[in-house]
Amino acid sequence: MIDLVDVHAGYGRIEVLRGVSLNVPRGTVTALLGPNGAGKSTLVKVLSGQIRATSGHVHLAGVHVNDAPPDELARAGLCTIPEGRAIFPNLTVAENLRLMRGDPAVVYDRFPKLKTRRGQLAGSMSGGEQQMLAFSRALLTDPAVVVVDELSMGLAPVIVAELYEVVGELARSGVTMLVVEQFAETASAVADQVVVMTHGTVSAGHDLATVYFGGTT
Amino acid sequence: MTALLAYTVFGLVTGGAYAVVAGGLVLTYSTSKVFNVGHGAIGMVMAFLYWELAENRGLPQWLALVLVVGVAAPLFGLVVERFIMRRLVGAPVGISLVAGVGVLVGLIGVAQVIWPPQARPVRPFLDQLGVHIGQSFVSGHDLITLLCAVLVAGGLYVLLNRTRTGLAMRACVDAPELAALYGTRPHRLSALSWAIGSALAALGGILLTPVVQLDYVTMTLLVITAYTAALVGRLRSLPWTFAGALGLGLVQSYAVAYLPSSPFWISFRAAIPALLLFVVLLAMPQSPLRIGGVRGQRGVAVPTALTTGIAAGLFAAVVLALALLVDSVVAGQLALALVFGIVLLSMVLLTGYGGVVSLGQFTFVGIGAVTVARLGSASPVSLLAGAAVAAVVGALIALTVLRVSGLYLALATLGFAQLMDKLVLQSPIAFGVRGSLQVPPVVGSATGQLLVAAGVFVLVGIGVLAIRRGRLGRRMIAVKDSSAACATLGLNVRWIRVWVFSLSAAIAGLAGGLFAQLRETVAASDFQLFNNLPLLLFAVIAGVTSVSGALLGGVLLMLLPVLQSGFPAFAGVAVVLLGVAAAGLARDPNGLVSWGFRAWTWRRA
Amino acid sequence: MSTLRVEGVTVRFGEVTAVDDVSLVVEPGVTGLIGPNGAGKTTLFDVISGLRRPTSGRVLLDAADVTGLGPHQRSRLGVARTFQRLEVFGSLTVWENVVVALESRRRPAKLAGELLDRVGIGEFARNQADTVPTGAARLLELARALATDPSLLLLDEPSSGLDRAETEEFGELLRQLSAEGRSVVLVEHDMDLVMGYCDHVHVLNLGRLLVSGTPDVVRADAGVREAYLG
Repeated sequence: MIDLVDVHAGYGRIEVLRGVSLNVPRGTVTALLGPNGAGKSTLVKVLSGQIRATSGHVHLAGVHVNDAPPDELARAGLCTIPEGRAIFPNLTVAENLRLMRGDPAVVYDRFPKLKTRRGQLAGSMSGGEQQMLAFSRALLTDPAVVVVDELSMGLAPVIVAELYEVVGELARSGVTMLVVEQFAETASAVADQVVVMTHGTVSAGHDLATVYFGGTT
Repeated sequence: MTALLAYTVFGLVTGGAYAVVAGGLVLTYSTSKVFNVGHGAIGMVMAFLYWELAENRGLPQWLALVLVVGVAAPLFGLVVERFIMRRLVGAPVGISLVAGVGVLVGLIGVAQVIWPPQARPVRPFLDQLGVHIGQSFVSGHDLITLLCAVLVAGGLYVLLNRTRTGLAMRACVDAPELAALYGTRPHRLSALSWAIGSALAALGGILLTPVVQLDYVTMTLLVITAYTAALVGRLRSLPWTFAGALGLGLVQSYAVAYLPSSPFWISFRAAIPALLLFVVLLAMPQSPLRIGGVRGQRGVAVPTALTTGIAAGLFAAVVLALALLVDSVVAGQLALALVFGIVLLSMVLLTGYGGVVSLGQFTFVGIGAVTVARLGSASPVSLLAGAAVAAVVGALIALTVLRVSGLYLALATLGFAQLMDKLVLQSPIAFGVRGSLQVPPVVGSATGQLLVAAGVFVLVGIGVLAIRRGRLGRRMIAVKDSSAACATLGLNVRWIRVWVFSLSAAIAGLAGGLFAQLRETVAASDFQLFNNLPLLLFAVIAGVTSVSGALLGGVLLMLLPVLQSGFPAFAGVAVVLLGVAAAGLARDPNGLVSWGFRAWTWRRA
Repeated sequence: MSTLRVEGVTVRFGEVTAVDDVSLVVEPGVTGLIGPNGAGKTTLFDVISGLRRPTSGRVLLDAADVTGLGPHQRSRLGVARTFQRLEVFGSLTVWENVVVALESRRRPAKLAGELLDRVGIGEFARNQADTVPTGAARLLELARALATDPSLLLLDEPSSGLDRAETEEFGELLRQLSAEGRSVVLVEHDMDLVMGYCDHVHVLNLGRLLVSGTPDVVRADAGVREAYLG
């Protein structure tokens, strides 16, 4: 479903991705892990069309999408939830959901907390609630592919667990998912495939503890 | 009491018209993050078009209004968005400002070509109707204006809060990149907002015509009050913008009513919009030192001391040869070109190196000229005095607006220019009751003038390059690139800016003195507010980052009126071209000369 | 040689608390400040360097309260920093970048070459700063900070963009700086670097101070493992 072949990309003269190849089969969950600065967010931006790959090929559902702008990809069924607070802080919760098109009741059932907050400005909610709201888009828009950057960043473990439940549900319903995480191994629990990224390249079979704590453990 | 009521109604009516204009400004700014300096010019051209249809062609007023506000203005907005502004999204503030000024100047040129100067009365709407409130009369036009303001406020509210499109627009304001990830079409939204914004500028312009007369520049600059109102709303909030516009309308109306009518107070009244702009800017919260800075700008290479020396020698040789060859008329024109070149050198320092876009640099030229003229003779001492006075004023202005930066700083320079224009340069304080002063020249012959101007240009040019190579130059550029990093290295960022302003003003003031004695007669009309804008455009077109750019710009500035008087048909077209060129070239502040540099390095490579 | 004391610092952006009542002491030597993304490390650096006023709390430098001072005043007291998102002066040359800093402290410009060689980017001296690779730009920020001869040096992710060998060299440089009597604080994700070169480590998570101690203590802490590995 997601297919990257030898993708290079970066900012200006600075190359961040140095030949990334990655395949996420249809209807599976892939966890992409790695330390800060490895190039994970850049990879997400290339996938979502925010940055163009300088060389290599990006395919989504078999279509070559190197040059597609982000809004077109989004309308074609790619749901990208970028790093940080991926919501519109100065719109209310209800307005945020209205932008996603779809029945808000689905979201209110899954995250009842959001229902009580629907008239509130999204930016005034806690980090966890904001992430739930951002995540709602994956539930509402019936996407073919979901890409989440730093799902658990800055969130309490309870909320992370709840969000991963949703990841599991989505995966069972046949959605193809790429979940990017910096530290949590939670992602590997629901993932069909774990990929570790360091220094702008993807390497398989790294032990996470080695990556984070050096050879000392 | 009835007088108070009448002035209140009058204030609310003009405030309402400003609100319409300012609402359009805020809408376009918040959806495209490009502050449209040319907003007022769009209103001006559309008001002329309305005159053409309703008065000249005899269409019914309502039909003319619908055609202009409903068709012509939105179409024009779409064109501006598609071909100029879309390319500027995400560009530094300075670049979009210059493009906006280009649109403004170009539109004034268009208006001058299509509608040559003449009196153009415009009938107010519903002039036979009206109501009496107490003893004051509220005309039908006033009622229409108020009604329009209410409708626009309501319409914008409904658009933004009750429609999907409006919701998407607000989402784009909040987080543009995220909005794209949601699948909203950013270009379509921005085009829509420019169409609406330009329609509102047209509506406001037409509503204001019976009050202000149809005039290219006056109408264009009327928008300063709309800027102020938009700033009251922090360029975001429509309710605050509308409240601000009504408040400003009231203040101006009361000022007319209750301030004394001595000459000073009359000019003071005219300065009120600028004063209010200043007050609102000063009340803005302090801009934080920005982290996550811009990337450095590709400047033209800084010449070494040796190259500078060789270039100066070559320049001197060429000037000497010209002095021997050309007649006195041409020599005088060349001298003028060099004086303009010195003015542009002051902008190389401020804009090219310091990154500050000034919309009021010509004002310092005026200050220098007035100082020399008032001292009664042009001597090295009086020329330096002119530079010194300009430097002090420059430092004062920089100190006043120490807190703001970027767009707000540029608007502050415009406010300052208008303030100086109304309070000093255009009032008897500067050029006396006759509006002009004699200045005995330093040297009598035109050739002598050419040599003097060339000498000063070379000295100032070498000085500017020395500053660039030295400590102050490095600091200026460092502040431009990352003020946060500068602060953590122990530099007081705001003081550096005061220095830059002051030095640059001194150079402009020096040029002003030279200008005064070269002309022998200087008049208030030489230093009108509007002259600031072509100056900025020529600076950017020719190249605001290099001394050669200043020289080329000076020549172009001198040639403009020469060409205009030689080919009268060309006059307006030249202004249009100037605007278009600036809007197109704004992306590259290194300007035309850098193409020359590039060709040169390419050949050598 | 400086001792930094952060007392009860809280930073709120609207409703979001980025730093939550953090108190810590930085003694001379190399101190690591670690934690997952979004833990508030860079915000804390902004508070210490004076770029951001805390919502509450105090910053003390050698027992003097500097909370009310601006960044340029703190620089004069010996605080210098680098930035996670690079803040080099892109239109100046690498050499000029360092000279600006030297001149700010009235030190001779001829030291610039020495400093660039010391951090290992002498070869780039004449290049425009926004054209050099990220790693070199990070080292340039370090050289620029060193040019102010700081007693307290705050480094925000200095090793990202460096390769293995460069990282090792950088570690050696850290040792030297500490030996010169400077206090160095390091926000870093490279755990080899943190565990290998820091005398003391503070761990932040969700804006709060989780643990402080020697690298061994931190490594053994269950809370840290959980914050990092989930």
